[in-house]
Amino acid sequence: MKNSWIIAKRDLGSFFNSAIFYVVTTVFLIVYSYIFINILSFFSMQSMQSGQFQQLGMALNINEMVIEPSFQNMAVILLLIIPIVTMRSFAEEKKSKTFRLLLSSPVHLKEIIFGKFLACMIVIALMIFLSSYSIGFLFVIGEPDPGPVLTGYLGVLLMAGCYVSVGVFASSLTENQIVAAVITFGFSLFMWVIGWGAQAADSATGQVLQYLSIIEHMDRFLKGMIETSDLAYYLSFIIFGLFLCHRALDSNRWR
Amino acid sequence: MIEVENLTRYYGSRRAINNISFQIEKGEVVGFLGPNGAGKSTTMNIISCILPASSGSAKIKGFDTFEQSLEIRRIIGYLPETPPLYPDMIVRDYLKFAAGVRGVEARNISPSIDRVIEKCSLKDVGHRIIGRLSKGYQQRVGLAQAMVHNPEILILDEPTIGLDPIQIIEIRKLIQELAAEHTIILSSHILPEITQICKRVIIINEGEIAAVDSLEGLTATLRKSERLSLTVRNPEGNVLEKLNGLDQVVSAVTGEENQFLIECILRSNLQDEIARLALENNWGIVELKPVSMTLEDIFLKLTLEEKEPAA
Ligand SMILES: Nc1ncnc2c1ncn2[C@@H]1O[C@H](COP(=O)(O)OP(=O)(O)OP(=O)(O)O)[C@@H](O)[C@H]1O
Ligand SMILES: [Mg+2]
Repeated sequence: MKNSWIIAKRDLGSFFNSAIFYVVTTVFLIVYSYIFINILSFFSMQSMQSGQFQQLGMALNINEMVIEPSFQNMAVILLLIIPIVTMRSFAEEKKSKTFRLLLSSPVHLKEIIFGKFLACMIVIALMIFLSSYSIGFLFVIGEPDPGPVLTGYLGVLLMAGCYVSVGVFASSLTENQIVAAVITFGFSLFMWVIGWGAQAADSATGQVLQYLSIIEHMDRFLKGMIETSDLAYYLSFIIFGLFLCHRALDSNRWR
Repeated sequence: MIEVENLTRYYGSRRAINNISFQIEKGEVVGFLGPNGAGKSTTMNIISCILPASSGSAKIKGFDTFEQSLEIRRIIGYLPETPPLYPDMIVRDYLKFAAGVRGVEARNISPSIDRVIEKCSLKDVGHRIIGRLSKGYQQRVGLAQAMVHNPEILILDEPTIGLDPIQIIEIRKLIQELAAEHTIILSSHILPEITQICKRVIIINEGEIAAVDSLEGLTATLRKSERLSLTVRNPEGNVLEKLNGLDQVVSAVTGEENQFLIECILRSNLQDEIARLALENNWGIVELKPVSMTLEDIFLKLTLEEKEPAA
């Protein structure tokens, strides 16, 4: 664990030293903010109109109408951005031959992998944190229910963990960062849309496909519910990705 | 200390090293000598626990490099062929990182860094970005990284490659200093380097060991005769015939202008005889000196001999 932290710290230093981090974070914040402002203005328009029907008891729910779609949009933007954050993890180490320093040091391969995962997660968490000004603003102007906000963040982080896990694995397969990013994006996108096959398939297969879909498990988190099956899905997804990464790096040495 | 037994390594179907065995004692400085592609780096990678062997075993202090690699990785310092440097890092930060992953305790990290910075003369560049250093300084940072945890064993893969002559001399001096405290394995295809630093050489060629011996031993076993070179001013009369007439001379041949190469039986101390002959005949000695066989000769001889049966 201590070793993982040493490795993660170095990766973070190199992130904050490079332009990539700042560009990616800026793009993320701009796109997210733009969408957020649109959602918010739509909401305020609606609530102004509904103000006229106040007497009918139609209070608009800020959680449902602003926070939920914001989280969903954040999930889409993260899908596009995480491959760029994770692509360097192992690809760069292998390309610049620095990986040998780690391999000849008394650290376990799994500690190295976890360190890489941790560094990427911290970067993503930081980006999400910077974007949370938006939700904070909602607490100033209105009274959202804090429960779904917290579980929503947990859900987004877990989902990001899945992308990062795929990304770290993809990065272990190649020395080429672009290839790693493309694999990550392609696979993450596939795991996202896999649920779409559910309608076409028969009910049993459909249920499986639905369960496999990454985005499927977000819904309950956004509603403020933490279900064991969702947690189990995300955690096993993450662990499986890191396990594959371990296998890839280990078998690479034999070739 | 280091025992390598029947080590073989394939890359795909290509065999990089074949059945290599040798031993290295504690405190030794051993040179790994061989032409490009001989398998030096492959062997060193296996000893450093980076690559597994296809068959055979390498043990350090009784620990297997594959089964118990963690114990070994604590006591070795490895400088690979390409120094494992992160170009965007500052030298001190990098060494701090290296010390961390190489298992130096937190409170010892700072003194360890100071020690290697001192040893590798990195004081002036401690706060500079690695990617902007000259190749020579980068090589030193690589060396510093390998010894930051004060390992018992240093494995240095071509540490002087790509350096200018002055830097080569400096790095060599540094390695000679380190030899007092560490067991060192050093690879090179530059022969004088090995002769200067190492007590023992392992010559490896096309993935197989061509010879393992001390430098003197190597030279001695290969040198069944001595050679003298004689240069004179006026080679009158039949110089060759007269030289060949001497008892212990195996053969004498003409070399360059007015030069004669005399091959004679080992330790026959022929200089006196030859000088007398030259005086008697008024040849006028310009120069009379022994020609020692260099490691180059040995190396070529060994690697060529190695090839013959295969051909
Ligand atoms: N990763 C690899 N994949 C395939 N073949 C390899 C690999 N690494 C080395 N080889 C091959 O194995 C053989 C031995 O290589 P090695 O790098 O050990 O030689 P070397 O003695 O270090 O040479 P040099 O003096 O050029 O550094 C070479 O023929 C090389 O082509
Ligand atoms: Mg090499």
